Amino acid sequence: MVPLSWYLILAAALFCIGVFGALARRNAVGILMGIELMLNAVNINLVAFWRHIGPDQMTGQLFAIFVITVAAAEAAVGLALIIAIYRQRNTVNVEEIDMMKG
Amino acid sequence: MTLPTLNFLAILPLLILVAATLLVLLADLVVRNKRVLTFLGLLAVAASLAAVLLVRPAAPTFQGMTLADELGLFASVAILVATGLALLLALERTSDFTRRPGAYVALLLLATAGMIVMAKASDFITIFLGLEILSLSLYILVGFAQRDARSNEAALKYFLLGAFASGFFLYGMALIYAATGSTNLAEISKGIASHSASLPFAPLLPIGVGLLLVGYGFKLALVPFHMWTPDVYQGAPTSVTAFMSVATKTAAFASLIRVLAAVWSGDRPWLLALAGLAVVTMTLGNLAALRQTSLKRMLAYSSIAHAGYVLTGLAAGNDRGFEGALYYLIAYTFMNLGAFATIQAVQRRDQNDVTTEQITGLSTQRPGLALLMTVFMFALTGMPPLVGFFGKLYVFSGAVQGGMTWLAIVGVINSAIAAYYYLRVTVLMYMGGATAAAGDIPRTGWAVWTTLVITAVATLALGLWQQPWMESIREAVTLLALR
Repeated sequence: MVPLSWYLILAAALFCIGVFGALARRNAVGILMGIELMLNAVNINLVAFWRHIGPDQMTGQLFAIFVITVAAAEAAVGLALIIAIYRQRNTVNVEEIDMMKG
Repeated sequence: MTLPTLNFLAILPLLILVAATLLVLLADLVVRNKRVLTFLGLLAVAASLAAVLLVRPAAPTFQGMTLADELGLFASVAILVATGLALLLALERTSDFTRRPGAYVALLLLATAGMIVMAKASDFITIFLGLEILSLSLYILVGFAQRDARSNEAALKYFLLGAFASGFFLYGMALIYAATGSTNLAEISKGIASHSASLPFAPLLPIGVGLLLVGYGFKLALVPFHMWTPDVYQGAPTSVTAFMSVATKTAAFASLIRVLAAVWSGDRPWLLALAGLAVVTMTLGNLAALRQTSLKRMLAYSSIAHAGYVLTGLAAGNDRGFEGALYYLIAYTFMNLGAFATIQAVQRRDQNDVTTEQITGLSTQRPGLALLMTVFMFALTGMPPLVGFFGKLYVFSGAVQGGMTWLAIVGVINSAIAAYYYLRVTVLMYMGGATAAAGDIPRTGWAVWTTLVITAVATLALGLWQQPWMESIREAVTLLALR
């Protein structure tokens, strides 16, 4: 059996890649993809911990399903906002979207 | 497998709100006069408020997923009042920025439902769910003025940073789940109390709490997680800003208080970390507000500072501080909503903001609005006998009682800095010569006047008359049983 620590390392690595993607990308869609990676890292954590702590309680799995559902809703709203801004300015580069400052 | 019996009465306020959301969306298709939809929303808010106050289920419900305690009750009332006022505020001006007032009302109700879920949640799953329901609705509401490029930009910024913060929030929850074996706050509290050192993943607990704090920090706009706040508050339609600046804070702080009470160990380092966060939040918020020329942006920075004051109460780590924090949230609800309501009353129909130049000499054009704005500015400054004064008094005295006199002193110095920019508004309104721009102020309708009068009266009355509801605050804090 694969030890728990491997899952945790995988999840932590995935989370860091997601954070890096969200911070380094300039394209709004790219940032959104980074965020999705972060959420999926959490899902790996939740399911791995669920297996380890005691599979008789469904909490971890239940939580992961909620996260997946919410992530889908989030992607829908996020993409809609990105499309709205693209229609107006013809760009989704977050560096060019900076009317407000100070 | 047997299905558990569910006590639907316990979530009656939520059911009413969600049903009303769907009803408003349906009615939007058939009703010609869109104002009816706002009244439908107001009716739902009133019904929900009645349900919150009258139906008081005992004990945790839905397998401990939500609590119906005094804290939840308290936060729900504050949130619903804010929603009602925001609906009134939007009644006359929604048509300025959108052709779909129905969806606007529906989303406002849905966001309210999310906030109540969050404030009452006693399990990580429900906290997360409440947070996301409120956030997703607010992302759309912020960008509701589709023709206004600033509104779109604000929505995108809010969404990207909010979703980013959700990631940290969830990671923290997963780690606490690992450390304690449960997502239920009561179980987590028990687990930590009984055998904290022997838990297999005990070292993950502080990391988890830290990540969770980052998540809350984003939602509450605490420095250094506040970057989105000025842009979003400025770009969003003013009625949305008024609503989200107060109601989101109430929901997130209620939830944070609950989580802190559960993982509470009263450790000095944690309290000092919170205190440090409070100090930078207050100071940076106030300093940045000093040099703003847009009133909405100024109030955005001021709201960051106010989050710092509330956090001071939590950092005190005693009952007095927590009571102060709750009092402050109520006080802030009325005075800040009132301030934004006045801004909306003053702003031109084709604009979504008011500059300091535009309010110069307002007292000659609109003495009523100028007077009310003065009341709100005085309350935000913390002048007795208005609510803002008592809020500050309670959180700072909590800090002193908790052995953090220095924190109270920093808070008082900050209030003095803040007085400069709040009073500058008053001075400009009364002493500046009238500018030509002030002539474009549209007629203020009865709905906005109602909002203004209610908030102004509450700002004054809740400071003078505290006995009954301070008792409810005390009970809420006692029930949290801080160790």
